[in-house]
Amino acid sequence: MENLDNFQLLEYAAWGISALLGLWMLFDMVKTNRAYSESTLLSSKEGEIEDVLVVDPPHQGGHR
Amino acid sequence: MTQYTAVHGEKVSLLRVLGPGHVWALGVGIVLVGEYMGWNFAVGKGGALAALIACWTAGLLYTCVAMIDSEVTSTVAAAGGQYAQAKHIVGPLMAFNVGLFLVLAYTMLEAGNAITAGYLVQTVGGMAGFASVHDKPFIVLTVVSLAWLNYRGVFATLTFNLVITAIACLAIVVLFAAVRPWTDEVLKPHELLTGLPYGWLGVIAALHFGLWFYLGIEGTTQAAEEVRSPARALPLGTMTGMITLLIAATMTWYICVGLMPWEYLGQAITPLFDAARLTDSLFLMVFLFIGTIFSTLASANGCINDASRAWFSMGRDRYLPVWFGAVHPVYRTPYRSILFLVPVALIFALGAPLDQVITFSILSGLLGYTFMSFNMVMFRTKWPLGTIKRGYVHPFHPLPAVVLLILCSTTYFAVFLGYGTQLVAMMVFYIVASAWFAFHRYKYVKRGDQFTMPWPRPVGY
Repeated sequence: MENLDNFQLLEYAAWGISALLGLWMLFDMVKTNRAYSESTLLSSKEGEIEDVLVVDPPHQGGHR
Repeated sequence: MTQYTAVHGEKVSLLRVLGPGHVWALGVGIVLVGEYMGWNFAVGKGGALAALIACWTAGLLYTCVAMIDSEVTSTVAAAGGQYAQAKHIVGPLMAFNVGLFLVLAYTMLEAGNAITAGYLVQTVGGMAGFASVHDKPFIVLTVVSLAWLNYRGVFATLTFNLVITAIACLAIVVLFAAVRPWTDEVLKPHELLTGLPYGWLGVIAALHFGLWFYLGIEGTTQAAEEVRSPARALPLGTMTGMITLLIAATMTWYICVGLMPWEYLGQAITPLFDAARLTDSLFLMVFLFIGTIFSTLASANGCINDASRAWFSMGRDRYLPVWFGAVHPVYRTPYRSILFLVPVALIFALGAPLDQVITFSILSGLLGYTFMSFNMVMFRTKWPLGTIKRGYVHPFHPLPAVVLLILCSTTYFAVFLGYGTQLVAMMVFYIVASAWFAFHRYKYVKRGDQFTMPWPRPVGY
């Protein structure tokens, strides 16, 4: 009976972590959609190598 | 090291941070699970020897794929991989179909991996004496947690893949060394090889599952817009990945065939783990179990990366709603596409049987390979060598394209032998989707914006 409870705990943990991560992504998506204009979010162009934007040569970009 | 945001002005793009190691991890990571499980159904179809013939024939098919992909992608360096290639070389309708092949092949494979991960955890729970163990929480956890990793950034995602894929590869090498293949103390291949029990038809039937040794290596091209040097990293990562897989596939076959009779091996669920159990070594059992789990996670992780890039690229070109073409300004990932494909993967992972999911994935992949053979011939005809700068030029053209087409045709026949209904159903699906694109969706596409490569006018136009 104790074993059963332990594994059930693991299952609940899996459900809980999944829900948390899923909600975090949803929340972040909504937040990002509101914080930036649609034209900025959609400004990526295919095959564009933006060497002029490179501020970190080994990684060519990055974020803080 | 302090990193700075590269969002200058009003523009954001995917981040160029990946090297050849990440490309290798993306390709091998997606595929290696096929060595741990699935390939052995080829043994059930035609015997151990047929599986080896299928392994090497499929190896030849995928070597052609890797050579062709390396040349075209090192030139068309754009997210979306073969989708972007089709758009530039063949035309919009082909590109739409190739994009769908990619998204469905990877999303289905991701679902298959999540089902497998859930099954493995459930099995361990059962072996540990727990009653009433469920797999669904772990299926959902696999999909959502890996999607979260992908959402947060490509560098961490593929570095994670690099580590777990390397460990899974190492497990196969360690098992190979541990069974001492230079002696017959552990392995008994001469006793267990039984020729071709179903003749040459069995060999053809085995081809279907022979693909599992390599299915997904072409996914390396999806990283084209995120590698620091496409012309170097893509051919290097793809070719070394293919060499790794050829060696790992042959080792896997030799270990398993030398330890298990083909009647058992042909229906085993985790053949490499079973092989480790037969060595009576606790260390090998644990190591190979870890390898099995890691290969499953690496595959699902790479699939999320690739499916989302293909979906994103189609959105960016308005082949799908343009909303999907957004890039996250902080994480620099196609975040809407990643999130949108989570419920799609979950629906298949929780609602469809594993063999159907995998078959749909294989068939979509096979359609993509068929396209690549035509694509290569058109690429060299429209833009002959010397007319545009290529990062890599593959040798013996058009031989790889012709061999690829012949092998694809043979494999269609092999699939038809086992899954004829699914083959027909899938063709109907793609025909309906094509009609939707041609008669409805294409009017939203900005036709002049699709062609982004600074190439001269093609020969004959």
